[in-house]
Amino acid sequence: MTDDLTRTTAAQLADGLADGTISSVEVTSAYLERIAAVDGAVHGYLHIDGEGALATARRIDERRAVGDRLHALAGVPIAVKDVMVTQGVPTTCGSRMLEGWIPPYDATVVSKLRAAGMPILGKTNMDEFAMGSSTEHSAYGPSRNPWDLERIPGGSGGGSSSVLASFQAPLATGTDTGGSIRQPAAVTATIGVKPTYGGVSRYGIVALASSLDQAGPCGRTVLDAALLHAVMGGHDPLDSTSIDAPMPPVVDAARAGDVRGLRIGIVKELAGEGYQPGIQARFDESVALLVELGAEVAEVSCPNFEYALAAYYLIMPSEASSNLARFDAMRYGLRVVPERVADPSAEQVMAATRDAGFGPEAKRRIILGTYALSSGYYDAYYGSAQKVRSLIARDFAAAFEQVDVLVSPTAPTTAFRLGDKLDDPMAMYRNDIATIPANLAGVPAMSLPSGLADEDGLPAGIQILAPAMRDERLYTVGAALERALIDTWGAPILSRAPELAKGA
Amino acid sequence: MSVTTHPGDVVMDYDEALSKFDPVLGLEVHVELGTDTKMFCACPTTFGAEPNSQVCPECLGLPGALPVVNAKGVESAIRIGLALGCEIAEWCRFARKNYFYPDMPKNFQTSQYDEPIAYGGRLDVELGDGAIYRVEIERAHMEEDTGKSLHVGGSTGRIHGAEYSLVDYNRAGIPLIEIVTKPMVGAGERAPEVAKAYVSALRDLLKALGVSDVKMEQGSMRCDANVSLRAKAGDDPRGAQQLAVPLGTRTETKNVNSLRSVERAVRYEIARHAAVLAAGGSVLQETRHWHEDTGVTTSGRVKSDAEDYRYFPEPDLVPVAPTRETVEALRATLPEPPTKRRQRLQRDWGYSDLEMRDVVNAGAVELIEETIAAGASPTAARKWWLGEPSRRANAEGQDIVTYAALLGLTPVDIAELDQMVVARRLNDSMARQVLDGVLDGEGRPTEVADARGLELVEDAGALEAAVDEVIEANPGIAAKIRDGKVAAVGALIGQVMKAMKGQADAGKARELILARLT
Ligand SMILES: [Zn+2]
Repeated sequence: MTDDLTRTTAAQLADGLADGTISSVEVTSAYLERIAAVDGAVHGYLHIDGEGALATARRIDERRAVGDRLHALAGVPIAVKDVMVTQGVPTTCGSRMLEGWIPPYDATVVSKLRAAGMPILGKTNMDEFAMGSSTEHSAYGPSRNPWDLERIPGGSGGGSSSVLASFQAPLATGTDTGGSIRQPAAVTATIGVKPTYGGVSRYGIVALASSLDQAGPCGRTVLDAALLHAVMGGHDPLDSTSIDAPMPPVVDAARAGDVRGLRIGIVKELAGEGYQPGIQARFDESVALLVELGAEVAEVSCPNFEYALAAYYLIMPSEASSNLARFDAMRYGLRVVPERVADPSAEQVMAATRDAGFGPEAKRRIILGTYALSSGYYDAYYGSAQKVRSLIARDFAAAFEQVDVLVSPTAPTTAFRLGDKLDDPMAMYRNDIATIPANLAGVPAMSLPSGLADEDGLPAGIQILAPAMRDERLYTVGAALERALIDTWGAPILSRAPELAKGA
Repeated sequence: MSVTTHPGDVVMDYDEALSKFDPVLGLEVHVELGTDTKMFCACPTTFGAEPNSQVCPECLGLPGALPVVNAKGVESAIRIGLALGCEIAEWCRFARKNYFYPDMPKNFQTSQYDEPIAYGGRLDVELGDGAIYRVEIERAHMEEDTGKSLHVGGSTGRIHGAEYSLVDYNRAGIPLIEIVTKPMVGAGERAPEVAKAYVSALRDLLKALGVSDVKMEQGSMRCDANVSLRAKAGDDPRGAQQLAVPLGTRTETKNVNSLRSVERAVRYEIARHAAVLAAGGSVLQETRHWHEDTGVTTSGRVKSDAEDYRYFPEPDLVPVAPTRETVEALRATLPEPPTKRRQRLQRDWGYSDLEMRDVVNAGAVELIEETIAAGASPTAARKWWLGEPSRRANAEGQDIVTYAALLGLTPVDIAELDQMVVARRLNDSMARQVLDGVLDGEGRPTEVADARGLELVEDAGALEAAVDEVIEANPGIAAKIRDGKVAAVGALIGQVMKAMKGQADAGKARELILARLT
């Protein structure tokens, strides 16, 4: 264990807590100090709950002192994406619409974190209602990439990725509708996993697109992500789409990391034009490392991935337009009474509130979705998109008959500069090109760092995809590659991130 | 000939309307299921609870909440479908019906769109003269109810002119089944009667299934009536010539919440459409509101075909896929069909055809059944229900079940009344007085009898004294009886009863008089 508790992995913290060499109050305090020192510059948190975190830490230390049986991660702090409702702790989803809202209940994932005894440090920033790839669509201002504060930390989960990469939390939660866990992980040299659809409960997670949303773990090592995955996952009777089956053995897979004989497929369609050379180079090296470790590699074709982006940008906004309808000023959240209207009706208040409360990206998607679902257009848009979705699932099924896992770069580029793509939504959308197919098909996927791109020295990410309910394969490959890359680079990639000025 | 009944609305005489046009109906009935919990959450469904006391994140539409299907609700839907002779879908989904309304927490209603749980059934309904009309059922689907808005201030209780509105979400998420008929053709002039008979038969069926309390007055069963007219062709409303005429533009009349209103509203709309069409106008496709008090409909929302609910499959729920074994197991739980049941009851109760038809037409079958179960004789149960309560219900324009429920008159009350007669505590006319008292809200039968001091006098001395007095005061009549004209005894009995202020047993009085004079 290093002297700096904030540089220690969650697995090591868990060991130290278990054998009594450190206390949860010490760990939690160290993180709260780190947050106080650097989050002014990073802006990864929207809300910091120091008091709540320390109260949990004290309770866990007391229980440990009297010999209570505790969860493996008991006392290890965590940051929670602000899309997950937390009883008594503000939840905004990065939107003005929910400014000041204090949820009266916990998301199932949050209940599980609390049951495991994990102090919740705070709520992390995100693009409004998880709509974006940069956090620039957060109503509370963007988070910054610890590798270069002028660059984006990815999105929508850029708050979680930036607090991990700046050592403001050992673990964080995320949600991934089209890449919101994986792309932020890729551009910050952290680990992010989108589990199989239904593997983690969506109850209490504010929905963007119900059929695509999936919560998952974010961490700095593959094993840490697996430990968190095991806490978050499992069947939940409150989520009808939750899978009622045993959890995949993700922790065992992450500890073993044995890829000998494993068949790895390179997705032909997720390479080439549009992919930054440094990204492609690190990806090729990673594949070569896996071959050295005994994996077999083949190229596979998924011809329908070409249509994934178009299908995604019909299905996601359609569902979003309906999911976001509940924000109407009637029961909670923002209420704006229109000016210059005598005796405004409920409908006029709804309209004024939605006009003031939603940012431009949310409005853009609500309009797109409303249009796509309109009678007369439904079959051409939503209906066709669902057909493409089945074709993509078929591509995956065919590919997984030939290979055990698929790999691709996670994102086509390294972190772009803040503001660079803000005025070009299509360019922003194209950033999700490699991550979207997994959401459309419901299969699990992981992003882990593959190195630094030669041209800009910024992190590159590799994506691993597995068949539904075989999430453990992500950890098998991820752990093996992580080890090989540490050997190659001499240390974890993240250790090369520049030191942030304290109090900046 | 035209009669104006409401500003702006002209209606044609009904018979004249039917001589020119052929009515086609379509009925949509919403039934609240009597499940203990709501359709998509575990909140209780008790009627009349403190506003917003039966709510949770899901039925309040809080961010992040998710629905879970109530398996009992699905079972009820399947049983309703089976009882209506429908096919049960092997696989079907819920859909979101998107529109904004303050009492709808998510601003979409979870419903079913093109994949209903049950489809293609029928219900044979018996009309007043025993004729049978077969109603074809298009579909029955599952959905959730909305909350309830209460508009405060303003005079009408409507949103217009109100100072503020309150919303109660207790009702939001209560399971509903919507039962939709195919176009009901061929009823001709009896269309309003058929509409009423259908809703009544459906109510009986749902009650027999035990899936709902089907209380129209509490809104647990609600009816929307679609009416359209087409030109009359030929004399036979079921003839090929008539059936070939295309359907006219329909209106959908909402808020039709009693059996009598169903009949009246349909009749009114037929007469109104006829006036519009006869004047060369065209019927506006719109929603109309039924006004029970004035007996007219008024224009609501104009409905265009473009009204767009942006239906799409509900992604938060998994498809409902009942196995065939489940469906057959549920079929085995179906109760006896109402027509068969009626025949059995008639036999058990020993009613004549005419007596049974009166009971059915009065809508009193269940009330009588429960009254007999509570201890009354079939004859007494029929006599009391079809007497004053029916008369008053008719005068109020209510059906007997609704009316009795409003007044709190129960089968147990009638049985209690009957038992007091059987036990000779009351005679017939005293029992009528007691029933009046119960109907006037004075309490339960025994309480009313006690409070009004109604009790047959068992004091033989008082009755004998009265008999002696009456004989003495009427020597002429007494002489006739002595001469063998026994029929004259009635006049003396009447006087004895009058002297006893009605609180005597007329039979006993007759015995005493005859004993003295013959
Ligand atoms: Zn509820």
